[in-house]
Amino acid sequence: MLGLVPFVLVILAFQFAPLLSMLTGSIRQEDGSGFTLDYYVSIIQSAYYMKAVKNSILISICSSVVGIAIGLVSAYSITRFAPAVRDRLLMLSNMTSNFAGVPLAFAYIILLGNNGVFTLLFKQWGWSVFGDFNLYSWTGLVLVYVYFQVPLALLLLYPSFYGIRDQWQEAASLLGASPWQFWRTVGLPILTPAIFGTLGILFANAMGAYATAYALVGGNYNLLAIRIGSLVSGDVVNQPQLGSALAVILALTTLLAVILNHQMTKRAAWFSSRHTLKQASRRKSLYRRFTEAKGEAG
Amino acid sequence: MTAQAKAGWMHRNLMLLLMMYLLLPLLATGLYAFAKDWQDSLLPDRWTFEWFGGMFRDIRFLDALWTSFYLCLISVTLSLVIMLPAVFVITIYLPRWESFMKGVVVLPYAVPGVVAAVGLIRTYSSGPIDIAGTAYLLIGAYFIAILPYMYQGIRNSLLTVSAVELLSAAELLGAHRMRAFVTVILPNIWPGVIVSTLLSFSVLFGEFVLTNMLVGGHIQTIQIYLVQRMNESGHLASAIAISYFVFILLLSMVLMKLGKRMNGGVRG
Repeated sequence: MLGLVPFVLVILAFQFAPLLSMLTGSIRQEDGSGFTLDYYVSIIQSAYYMKAVKNSILISICSSVVGIAIGLVSAYSITRFAPAVRDRLLMLSNMTSNFAGVPLAFAYIILLGNNGVFTLLFKQWGWSVFGDFNLYSWTGLVLVYVYFQVPLALLLLYPSFYGIRDQWQEAASLLGASPWQFWRTVGLPILTPAIFGTLGILFANAMGAYATAYALVGGNYNLLAIRIGSLVSGDVVNQPQLGSALAVILALTTLLAVILNHQMTKRAAWFSSRHTLKQASRRKSLYRRFTEAKGEAG
Repeated sequence: MTAQAKAGWMHRNLMLLLMMYLLLPLLATGLYAFAKDWQDSLLPDRWTFEWFGGMFRDIRFLDALWTSFYLCLISVTLSLVIMLPAVFVITIYLPRWESFMKGVVVLPYAVPGVVAAVGLIRTYSSGPIDIAGTAYLLIGAYFIAILPYMYQGIRNSLLTVSAVELLSAAELLGAHRMRAFVTVILPNIWPGVIVSTLLSFSVLFGEFVLTNMLVGGHIQTIQIYLVQRMNESGHLASAIAISYFVFILLLSMVLMKLGKRMNGGVRG
């Protein structure tokens, strides 16, 4: 029992105390007396901060949806390969997920930044379609975010495809269903819990992403995570209370996304128990698999 | 769905496209690190090693590398020392607390780094314990950041080797509980623990948010240094980024080898 003491102390000191302090900080008056919702009210009234919240949510939704679309197609494709090839492909895509955060932003600057290789090449070749593209803008951020969402989506989604049996597909086609009809009425509904669960994780991952955006646009783009960072570590102004309130808002959105994931994992488990799948990986929660995947990493 | 022996051309092309998409940024960084100059051509005209040479002559880079290394090492070691007995006690003696522990352990995921940093700064920048901007605070934050990996890793190893049975056998033979832990359990779970330790190390090596927000101005880790260098010399920065990536790659290859050996050896 003595072995637990240091563990409990560290968890209390570095996990729970900070969260508590953040929560109370966001609802306590500056002089430390009395309860107030002023900070939340001022955030809601401030066009600037609301814009940051909106930008973050939009970028997260966009990058998650695009990421999941690519991930879904790739995941299906990857299950069509022999296991040995499949594992190698998964390993390769997992390897690229180490390439996140600062180095990733940097790689995209080399490729598509103001003096990026492709930017200059396209200019030389006269491809004006890409002339308006700006890496340091909303589209650029979504592009980079999608990059770190795809391997994650792939890794989380591909086991679900093993829940759809070939026999079902054969049965459907014997009854006259086209492949499209099969996927629309049987395949996708079965995948739905996994898709929404993964969407939750991707959303939380993008909402909390800081390193990529920081390295790419610095403080110039209005994102929630970036705003919190500059408010609290004090690049320009220092308003810890406001920062706390913003941080609570951010934590609430990611928490909601994670709860969505949890619910969906339960539903997916319901599916798999009904069909008594052999795949043990099906029963692993998405979080367990997320542990193996790593998120934006930093 | 049963996998087929041979995938159709459509799937093969699709995978080729995906891999190209995923590997392109890596490839570009790699080429840039070896390019003397690279502008308006598909491939660099001239090649050089000077960026890598410059990197190793750069005192600030070596300093940052060293800082990253020892900070990660201290955090991971601390985590090992604290987590090993704790997870052991919880798994063996307090199985009823496991679901609660799962919640605690998952928390660092649900709470993004930015949010955690805000709380940490608030708690420790004033009051009785004023350790803001010091390595102590960062190590505490790192401990929490790798909590999920360490907990899962140690717990899984304990379950894999059927620690409960091992322990009762050892106690039956007259070994004291502490002695049983050190001489029977520890050697058995060691491979699994090493895997999660290395994984945690690689996670911390790539950590940026917490480092930048908690100690950004005072302590330079490799990631912080990379951001600073990005705006000065692109080639040098890509040399650093590629070296970093190769290092992480080697680490994860060791990880995989170890993991495979473990799965081949003991699996419950």
